[in-house]
Amino acid sequence: MTTFEAPRIEVVENALEPADQPQPRRRRVKRRTVNTIIWFVVLLALTAIVLYPLVWLFFSTFKPSSEFGQNPGLMPENPTFANYAKVVEGIAGTPLWRFFANSFFIAVMAVIGTVFSASLAAYAFARIRFRGVGILFAAMIGTLLLPFHVIIIPQYIMFQKLDLVDTYVPLILPKFLATEAFFVFLIVQFIRNIPRDMDEAARIDGAGHLRIFFSIIVPLIKPALLTSAIFTFIWTWNDFLGPLLYVNSPEKYPLPIALRLYNDATSTSDYGATVAVSFLALVPILIFFIVFQRFLVAGVATQGLKG
Amino acid sequence: MSTETESIVTAEAGSRSVRKAMRQVRSAEAKVPTTAGRRAHNRRETVAGYGFLVPWLIGFLGLTVGPMIFSLYLAFTKYNLFTEPKWIGLDNFVRMFTEDPNYIQSVQITLVYVLVGTPIKLAAALGVAMLLNYRDRGSGFFRSSFYAPSLIGASVSVAIVWRAMFSTDGPVDNSLSFFGIDLGGWVGNVNLVIPMMILLAVWQFGAPMVIFLAGLKQIPQELYEAAEVDGAGPWHKFRNVTIPMLSSVIFFNLLLELIHAFQVFASAYIISNGSGGPAGMTNFYTLYLYKRGFADLQMGYASAMAWVLVIAVAIIAFILFKTQKSWVHYAGENR
Repeated sequence: MTTFEAPRIEVVENALEPADQPQPRRRRVKRRTVNTIIWFVVLLALTAIVLYPLVWLFFSTFKPSSEFGQNPGLMPENPTFANYAKVVEGIAGTPLWRFFANSFFIAVMAVIGTVFSASLAAYAFARIRFRGVGILFAAMIGTLLLPFHVIIIPQYIMFQKLDLVDTYVPLILPKFLATEAFFVFLIVQFIRNIPRDMDEAARIDGAGHLRIFFSIIVPLIKPALLTSAIFTFIWTWNDFLGPLLYVNSPEKYPLPIALRLYNDATSTSDYGATVAVSFLALVPILIFFIVFQRFLVAGVATQGLKG
Repeated sequence: MSTETESIVTAEAGSRSVRKAMRQVRSAEAKVPTTAGRRAHNRRETVAGYGFLVPWLIGFLGLTVGPMIFSLYLAFTKYNLFTEPKWIGLDNFVRMFTEDPNYIQSVQITLVYVLVGTPIKLAAALGVAMLLNYRDRGSGFFRSSFYAPSLIGASVSVAIVWRAMFSTDGPVDNSLSFFGIDLGGWVGNVNLVIPMMILLAVWQFGAPMVIFLAGLKQIPQELYEAAEVDGAGPWHKFRNVTIPMLSSVIFFNLLLELIHAFQVFASAYIISNGSGGPAGMTNFYTLYLYKRGFADLQMGYASAMAWVLVIAVAIIAFILFKTQKSWVHYAGENR
């Protein structure tokens, strides 16, 4: 047996280290190039499929309403700006810009609230040693997994009894109370990666936690704060259930709810307008994404996996 | 509120880092010296700690724990927002499982959506992540393009687009007809509307993909080289190196994607115009809960539904955590 196997190994070794070097190497390089081209083409095809709905949406905004249901293709047969012209007027007696302004106001307030409250809580969890911190931290992590539908009914009853329905308070107040545990956790992880040397030096100089937080930690965790801010903005901008529950007057509607108005009222007769508003509602997010995409994807991807 | 997108960053946090973080917090607590001389210092630290936590504590007690307790109470009552809650014991739960065929259907379609959609989504995420991992240069553009749907997937705009794409004579119907498959519109078809919703979920594979990709980059190249020396082919390398080395990331993606899939709401609402149709086939759990609670004002019944969801999610999380010992491999543990 052994005598029989020995030459076989030699053959394999020969195949790995052939006598004439230059030709196979060229072949290998060529194979790599071919592989790379296949890789590129496959991914390009996949990108086309994944992004098709968005591209279709963009071109559809230039289709006259009559073309919907007849022209499923990408390009409008009779391109027109009429959808946009019509949409700017708004719906239910409220101009379109008003919905944008409402959405923008809610999202900006949510960003301010989240960055403020989540960073304060994160500092306590990451840097202060006190009785009960372990159990509170575990509770905070627990809320990450909690289906939030269990609290919407009692929260609604509470805000209804406080006469705060049809105001933005139920949408904004929770953000100032760090209810998005996910951001607290994100910032905790970030603070942990900062060496303690600087805060210890500041402590020796007599600085308290507030000083250390504002003059040492906050400047160093700006990337985490920015990540939290961007995600909060996008999620709040997209949020549907919150405003659906709490905002009743059309002039206070943020975009997602206004969109539902178009969807309900005009989907059969005026598809063009619905599609145009849908697209406009996505524009701010897409701009955010294009500006911060590297940051959003790469910055966040390495977060936490390092731990 | 935040749906699929939330999973990205949370999962990124990775279960490994959650465990580590918990350990760090616990050890920090244990290290607090208790000698008499340090007592004043400890008191100051405690005051500072709770001081920083004030906003979070108010939110936690006032907007999470308090409402949860109240909701648990409501689950055993009949309550319509305007009269006093009336205690009816377990009636809500009994009614749910014995007298409400809509509820049973809602549970069934939600389970199909979750149990079929999540594995497909994660498989797509892992497959594309491995494809992207083949080469660094040039993969950034693709990664961003694939991630974009995760950011907007839960929005009303996308739900409107999805409905248009899958309607009769829409782009999907039209392309399939071109290949001789004549399915008609998916939106009004009781057999195709769930697959359509699953496709919408799978379309948002980018968030778990980014997490998988980060995990793949951490697998030491030597392991693959060693496997190659042993004569392993691509399948064996995938099965015996990639999967075990990635198991902690798979675990966390699975946990979060399952939990989030249960909470699908906005897209089902928009696609069915709030009706849950056709024939209740998009009446997903949370949409039905919303209709019961806020359209019919049966807030006791809806609270009971919410608690069944919490218990279901807790059971799933429990099972996953229990079984993880047998299949999740933490690299740090045998060091």
